[in-house]
Amino acid sequence: MEPVSLIAVTVIGHDRPGIIADATAGLAGLGLNLEDSTMTLLRGHFAMMLICRGDSSPAAVEDALAPLAADGRLLVSARAVPDEDEPGTPGRPYALTVHGGDRPGIVSAVTRAVAEAGGNITDLTTRLTGELYVAVAEVDLPADADEHAVAARLREVGADLGVGVTLRSQETDVL
Amino acid sequence: MSIAEWSEADLGVQGRVLTVVRAPDPVLSAPSPPVDPADPSIVQLAADLVATMRVSPGCVGLAACQVGVSAHLFCVDVSTHPKTRTSHGTFVLCNAEVVEASRKEKGREGCMSVPDLTGDVKRGTRLTVRGLVPGGGEKVVIETDAFEARALQHEIDHCAGFLFLDRVAGAHAVYPRQTYL
Repeated sequence: MEPVSLIAVTVIGHDRPGIIADATAGLAGLGLNLEDSTMTLLRGHFAMMLICRGDSSPAAVEDALAPLAADGRLLVSARAVPDEDEPGTPGRPYALTVHGGDRPGIVSAVTRAVAEAGGNITDLTTRLTGELYVAVAEVDLPADADEHAVAARLREVGADLGVGVTLRSQETDVL
Repeated sequence: MSIAEWSEADLGVQGRVLTVVRAPDPVLSAPSPPVDPADPSIVQLAADLVATMRVSPGCVGLAACQVGVSAHLFCVDVSTHPKTRTSHGTFVLCNAEVVEASRKEKGREGCMSVPDLTGDVKRGTRLTVRGLVPGGGEKVVIETDAFEARALQHEIDHCAGFLFLDRVAGAHAVYPRQTYL
């Protein structure tokens, strides 16, 4: 396979000490430079996504990381991705919280309402603890969006689901 | 009156320890209606809130909705907390509202009604609050700072139907609670 410049790598599965060290050593061995990455535990499962750059190929990355997946408890994938342009006109940043009793469809209904308002979700985490379901998203709304109308629509969607939804402006202090 | 001189003995009734409700109980997500501070049931509830706060380790404030009663009052006592600067001791406020909040700072908050999570919330660290004292119904204005300001804003939010989760700073500002106080 032809070398590509940008490769997206995901590693997910059983957690243990040393996964990041092993995975990034494999990438460094191919001369790949880590750019953006994120890692967390999802209900105890290790989950990492990253974008790396260099003269390699997804197949070479998967070969280099094969020892990680050898025991069948971690899934590793590598895919070529294009460079993404930065968005031309950034929206206004908001934080969105949803909390309530767990039931199917909360995230899809709320994010649908965000999308219908032209809002773009730039970060999202959800947690289930006992009966409480919590989702917190960071949302960019278009500059011309009516934030009060969007917040009211989100509360309506929340009321239909029996969950609370709040949308609030994200303050940024430039120092 | 000076709220710092108030104590639950002024209520003249014995507080009872009530069960603290947890999210997603809907009582926590609804705004609490204003109360008559002279109503004997509100005076009893004020005593119950203080009694329940006292037996709950680490608890520095409790709103009526947290014991399942939709009523606009809460108790606070931050006097023994290490992050406290100004403290007015133990007090209960009815129908309290924020008059002014400034110098916002981020801090990690937990809540007895959300026992498994904590979150980073920006709150004013200089705060003016007004409310009514249960029983006599005296109007009081409280000026405070630091941790007492945070506790008051957290409790006033409860009375408006908001949890700290509704104020967290972003998608990565909610954390599993590591220790149970």
